[in-house]
Amino acid sequence: MVNSVTNFGRSGLSDWLLQRVTAVVIAAYTLFMVVYLLTADSLTYGQWVSLHQSLWMRLFSLFAVLSVAIHAWIGLWSVLTDYVTVRLLGPKATLLRLLLELGMITVTLAYVIWAIDILWGI
Amino acid sequence: MQKQRPVNLDIGTIKLPVTAYISILHRVSGVILFLVVGFLLWLLDTSLSSPEGFASVQSGFDSPLARFVLWGSLAALAYHSVAGIRHLIMDFGVGESLEGGVLGAKLVAATVVVLVLLAGAWLW
Repeated sequence: MVNSVTNFGRSGLSDWLLQRVTAVVIAAYTLFMVVYLLTADSLTYGQWVSLHQSLWMRLFSLFAVLSVAIHAWIGLWSVLTDYVTVRLLGPKATLLRLLLELGMITVTLAYVIWAIDILWGI
Repeated sequence: MQKQRPVNLDIGTIKLPVTAYISILHRVSGVILFLVVGFLLWLLDTSLSSPEGFASVQSGFDSPLARFVLWGSLAALAYHSVAGIRHLIMDFGVGESLEGGVLGAKLVAATVVVLVLLAGAWLW
């Protein structure tokens, strides 16, 4: 068995399952937000803030952002390992892929920290 | 192990079926959405920062460019969601045959066209 060091769950089966579980969480959050924004006619700042100040909404948003982070990590890792390869791009591809993977992971973690800062800074 | 092993499927030389386009667009939309997350977090941050920030986000969408960027983001989200739901359905063994796969791909395309038009109607 080949162990990869840059994928999220360290196993293909774990990545496969996490990709689906996080997808369902993100879909639920998206659906909630679309319905909320469609039904809230002439939304005010006060309503918007009180929604995001409630504990359940903070936790829902946090779970959604963590799901996005895991989902993006697994998805972009798959894309990079498929296309940024020695066969397609030549001998420097491995170094380039590693740099792109580290960049992707850095942005993903920054998103999570930024989201926590927004949600608990209201 | 031999370093230059032969590759028996060179996708550059074959005509791609509709399922292949649906699949590659799922990846393209996913990469776009990774950038969209930053845009959405910025909108959330600004809209929650102060009443002025909230108003600036609301009035920001008066500009055609901002509205177009949001529409494009929603289109990528709609595409990625519908194509993802197809994946989940196929995980349950539904639509895995050759005909089923083609039909599913066409249903994805049709559903997304409707959703993108609805999103456009919502924004304009």
